[in-house]
Amino acid sequence: MAQLTYRDALNRAMDEEMARDPKVVLMGEEVAEYDGAYKVSRGLLAKYGPERVLDTPITELGFTGLGVGAAMVGLRPIVEWMTHNFALLAIDQVVNEAAKTRHMSGGQLSAPIVFRGPNGPAEYLSSQHSQALASYWAHIPGIRVVAPAFPADAYGLLKSAIRDPDPVVVLEAEMLYGFKGEVPDEEFLTPIGKAAVLREGSDITLVSFGKPVHMLLLAATELEKLGVQAEVIDLRSLRPLDEGTIMASVAKTKRAVVVDESWPAASMGSYVAQRISFERFDLLDAPVEFVSSEDVPMPYNHALELAVQPSVEKIVAAAKRALYLEESHG
Amino acid sequence: MAEPIFMIALSPTMNEGVIAEWVAKEGQVLKSGDALCEVETDKATMAYESPVSGSLLKILQPAGSTAAVGQLIAVMGKAGEDWQATAAAHTGQAAPGAAASAAPSQAASAQVAPQAPATASTPSPVPSGSQPPSTQPAFPALGPVAMGAPEAPAYAESRIGGGNALPAGLPPSSPLARKLAKEKGVDLRSVRGSGPRGRVIARDIEAHAAAPGGYAGALSAAQAAAKPGSQAASPVPASSPASRLSAKGLRSERVPLSKMRSIIASRLSQSYSGSPHYFVRVAIDMERLLELRAAINAGRDKALSLNAFVMKLVAAALERHPVINASWEGDAIRYLPSADLGLAVALEGGLITPVVRSCELRGIEDIDGELGTLVAKARAGALKPEEYGGASFTISNLGSFGVEEFTAIINPPGSAILALGAVSKEAVVVGDDIVARRIMHATLSSDHRVIDGAQAAAFMAELKALFEEPARALM
Repeated sequence: MAQLTYRDALNRAMDEEMARDPKVVLMGEEVAEYDGAYKVSRGLLAKYGPERVLDTPITELGFTGLGVGAAMVGLRPIVEWMTHNFALLAIDQVVNEAAKTRHMSGGQLSAPIVFRGPNGPAEYLSSQHSQALASYWAHIPGIRVVAPAFPADAYGLLKSAIRDPDPVVVLEAEMLYGFKGEVPDEEFLTPIGKAAVLREGSDITLVSFGKPVHMLLLAATELEKLGVQAEVIDLRSLRPLDEGTIMASVAKTKRAVVVDESWPAASMGSYVAQRISFERFDLLDAPVEFVSSEDVPMPYNHALELAVQPSVEKIVAAAKRALYLEESHG
Repeated sequence: MAEPIFMIALSPTMNEGVIAEWVAKEGQVLKSGDALCEVETDKATMAYESPVSGSLLKILQPAGSTAAVGQLIAVMGKAGEDWQATAAAHTGQAAPGAAASAAPSQAASAQVAPQAPATASTPSPVPSGSQPPSTQPAFPALGPVAMGAPEAPAYAESRIGGGNALPAGLPPSSPLARKLAKEKGVDLRSVRGSGPRGRVIARDIEAHAAAPGGYAGALSAAQAAAKPGSQAASPVPASSPASRLSAKGLRSERVPLSKMRSIIASRLSQSYSGSPHYFVRVAIDMERLLELRAAINAGRDKALSLNAFVMKLVAAALERHPVINASWEGDAIRYLPSADLGLAVALEGGLITPVVRSCELRGIEDIDGELGTLVAKARAGALKPEEYGGASFTISNLGSFGVEEFTAIINPPGSAILALGAVSKEAVVVGDDIVARRIMHATLSSDHRVIDGAQAAAFMAELKALFEEPARALM
């Protein structure tokens, strides 16, 4: 089994799918000649040529719309957004066009398109370029949303996304592009809508998606030192949400910490917390804890930048509250 | 089965409508979308179009009547089909979705004439048109809510105001704790919550269920073990019955009745419900008596108890008011030959009243000696029946607990019991001055079958006089 970076796993997925299906095309800013702003598309121009790997102008609304139209008439475009911050310019094409195509045409049309790029804070990028915008997409019926945290899922979910008959938004993470992990050599698909239990435990359920999943694993290790067995769930897909896996876990542990690097209000994490609170009300022994970023624009100062985001310490503290392991209560 | 036709909300704010006119007649065959009737809503008169195709079998709400949204107004179906079963099954049932438009005014109108909704499982034929619309519950599906309408504003207020307020009497508790408590038959109110702000959580229920003496007992035992010196700081001496009772830990435990408990329960219930109690109170200036007792005790190895003085003076008062020293015998009142005075003594799990006989004939020293012996035997559980039975009058003194005053239940066969509170300094008027005096409040419970109010009052006046000038007892 090969050790691949998250970046190379995404590259492999696109490479295989482009080889498999000539309708698959890649378009975006600097995806071709420059091999991608984050080198995710490295080598694809050389292999598949300028008709299938297209550099676009810096016009997110324009090239996203071009992709949606191409999808409606038979291609399977992959639109790379340099980051999801820039995708806000293209949101109309995703929300009002791609997401509505199947519904408003009574099933006569579809938009099999993938929108992908890094989401969430990296480092030193300040307020406009550090946003975690998962809920912008997860809010919308008519699209699927996935957020791989590991190279194998990046590979398997992107392949599923490319083959999906409907629009799929892929939330990548800049800080994970260099993360190495095992990816099986043989081809496989990771199903959309299926969460992964990364670590089994009986005492508390930790839930997140994307980059913070790695914090969950570290927090679980910390909690184990306190004798707490934490179950760690990587949602992988935000829409559709695998509620079955979450609820089965909370039924076992009776308590949960939901982590989301977005802001707290109207976020994916707050929705998951609400679903647990509702579905598992009678089994909860503590309020569902929710760790999000602070409700402020991202500070540029690095200490503050780190302080406003979820951290292993914050997750452990939340777990201890839910487990009533705090020394004293206010 | 025939189709029930319910009043529907023809405007978003409509709660009820007046059927202005039936456009269709009974027996008429309609297509879906044909006008059934004209309905005056809160906004306009509108046509109610038939939701189904079929024959209008029965009109249940005639023109001019008011029907709440969700109320059955007609039955449709195949020509000749039985409409009565459908009417019976749906009378009083809200139409699907109707509940969503329930407004406070609707709940209030439903409350005016509550009526148990006929259920599908117990259909009863509904006489056509015999039920005025106003007597039908508009939203029987919301029955309990509607019936509890006065509570709704309180809920709304609590949401606006103290959103964290919980219903009185219920401790904050996690849903899991509530579920476990229900499963294990644990009363949440008896469990001490260890979560934030006293929240009862799962481990509290488990600990409670696991500890034989209850969680509180386990906790206090643990605390006592952790802090050996803590009992010394306790306001109640460790040896007192009260501290022993509280240390036992009785939270949420079902304790089968002891013999003593069941005798207490039976005798005192009978006494309290069977004899008409009334209460006469006096405040007694204790200065003279306490000075006397101090003088007598000065130089004695063992101080004479205040209770011995009290018993002597009560006996003297009873000598002067023999009507108080009596027993009800159903067809007669027996006036007892001697002042056989019982003194209530608290024990673990109950109380007992050792009796000092013929106190009117005995000196204080003698009384105190016998009282000491009997109380010691009582606490050891060694009293013989002749030592605690047949008090002609009983004294209950809770002064050592600091209670100001209280009332006691008569201890048969006596007809009165004297309840004594604590002696404490109070501001009293003496002449034209306000002075601090040691005062004790005394309350006499009397059986009115035996003792009338004036007699009880005269006895209490005598008792007050004797306490305030003990030398009078010598007379």
